[in-house]
Amino acid sequence: MTGGQLLLNGLAAFLTLCIFSFLYRDNPFYKFAERLVAGVATGYWTMLLFHTNFVPVVWNRLAHDGRYEYIIPTMLGLMMWTRFSKKWSWVSRYSIAFYIGISSGITITLSLYASLFRQLEATINQPLTFDAAGISSFLIIVGVLSALVYFFFSAAHKGSMGVISRIGIYVIMIGFGAGFGMTVMGRIALLVQRVIFLRGYVNSLTAFFGG
Amino acid sequence: MTKKLIMLLCLVIISSSLAIGQEAIPDSAGLAPPAPAPPTNVRVVDRPNDAGHGLIVKWDLSPDDSAGLNNVAIYEVFRAGSPDGEFISRGVVPRGITEYVDFDETEPNSEHPNPNFMPVNSTWFYKILAISDNQVRSEFSSVASGTTIENWIHTGKIPIGVAAITFTVFLIIFISSARKGKKMYVRPLAGINAVDDAIGRATEMGKPILYILGLGTAGDIATIAGFTILSRVAKRTAEYQTKVIVPVQDPVVLAVAQETVRTAYLEAGRPDQYNPENVFFVTSMQFPYVAAVNGIMLREHPATNFYMGVFYAESLILAETGNIAGSIQISGTDQVAQLPFFVAATDYTLIGEELYAASAYLSQEPVQLGTLKAQDYTKAIVMAFIILGAIAITAGWPFLRNLVTINL
Repeated sequence: MTGGQLLLNGLAAFLTLCIFSFLYRDNPFYKFAERLVAGVATGYWTMLLFHTNFVPVVWNRLAHDGRYEYIIPTMLGLMMWTRFSKKWSWVSRYSIAFYIGISSGITITLSLYASLFRQLEATINQPLTFDAAGISSFLIIVGVLSALVYFFFSAAHKGSMGVISRIGIYVIMIGFGAGFGMTVMGRIALLVQRVIFLRGYVNSLTAFFGG
Repeated sequence: MTKKLIMLLCLVIISSSLAIGQEAIPDSAGLAPPAPAPPTNVRVVDRPNDAGHGLIVKWDLSPDDSAGLNNVAIYEVFRAGSPDGEFISRGVVPRGITEYVDFDETEPNSEHPNPNFMPVNSTWFYKILAISDNQVRSEFSSVASGTTIENWIHTGKIPIGVAAITFTVFLIIFISSARKGKKMYVRPLAGINAVDDAIGRATEMGKPILYILGLGTAGDIATIAGFTILSRVAKRTAEYQTKVIVPVQDPVVLAVAQETVRTAYLEAGRPDQYNPENVFFVTSMQFPYVAAVNGIMLREHPATNFYMGVFYAESLILAETGNIAGSIQISGTDQVAQLPFFVAATDYTLIGEELYAASAYLSQEPVQLGTLKAQDYTKAIVMAFIILGAIAITAGWPFLRNLVTINL
């Protein structure tokens, strides 16, 4: 490892430790790292948006490709700038309304497909037989139905409905438990990765100074 | 020396056979193998359910495909913009296959030209040939043409359309009956009942409320539900004169959040107390945003933290920091992978659809109450479908399952 690389890795190790210092308490090192990363991220993100969105989608299409229909979204974007004026800030609401309306319309259709139809198809895909696959399928159907009952909002959860919804919340919690364990494993892997980086840096330092 | 010469000769022979590539390889007797017959009856149809940038070329198998000389290995499809134009190879398919889908919807632009792109309503000409195992090419088939057509309806998505229409019918019925004054019950939600208490606690402690809308865009349904709850929270904070801090990570979410809070202060009769600087943009990147919000939690010591919207890996980091800061925490998201963390680390959690129901529960508006009722009826239909579908599939009738199978 060259001296320059060592210096850069040293900076990365220092910033990692600054962020880890948050585990003790809020402190000037954490504040420094926090503001540095937020500032750098915003600057990076702004330039990334400029080069990956504004240039190819707005500038090139209008200036080079003659795609003048792109004037409409460009105008909607420009209207957002009226937020800086107290008198004209209401104009930006049209852009927001357009954006939310279009996004919701697209999202609702996709949600119906991904969250409803694919789930529905998967739930009723397996026949209820007296073998392991059949029992598994039965448990899935019971779990899905009881969880759906839990999400009934316009009826009181009393009597038999209360019992089924309670089974539903148990099913949901079992699912959450499994999800929790799986994700924590992933997070531990991230921590291990960072600790390996710090250990590697210490080894490089030792080697560099001939230890 | 002789050995070297023989090796050189072998090398020359191998390289020449590689160089000629697609030329016929003579058989052991030195005779050129026979060429297969070309495919017949070539026709071109529009690729269904697309935006008008695809065609399907169909043909009947060559008489030498699995019959006759039985020497067809692949079919190669060629395309041109006019019958006399230059035909360019578009691809190959193995023997036994009788169609080729020509589809590329990447629109060309000044930076990335795409010669494969077919504009809407453009006519293209195709011809096909068969190639044998020995690389012998057949004659070209006759030329066929087809025109790309923009399809307005995706037939594979008709079940989604039916579901959307059914839901809309329920919506219209229940919203109109709610508007006529029909009382609609919404079961209590623990997380929402705690909202007013949490705001009261912040007021008593003289500390601010932190409201986090997550990493979603303004078009995400969970973020929209988050805006509705923010409206309620901001209205209460305006009444109690408690500071509400809303750090956001998306510029459009910022604009909507500012509008929401401003309108809430206006409705509470305290527009003068609205401070736009309390609803501010931090950064759009996930972990820098988390680092900044964590800092706010430890410096401002909010009495209550709300997490309402779309959350990813940051959910546990935020909720744990809130715990360290001693805040009461109420969360709600539709991100299934993050719900376990909110359940474990916050005081109250709105699970999935409870987040959407919360806005109806809080506002008691006929539109939202009617929507909730319509959702419940739709769920009842889904449950009936599951029960009937399971019985049907067990009996060996897959028609109900096929009804909900979407072919995209």
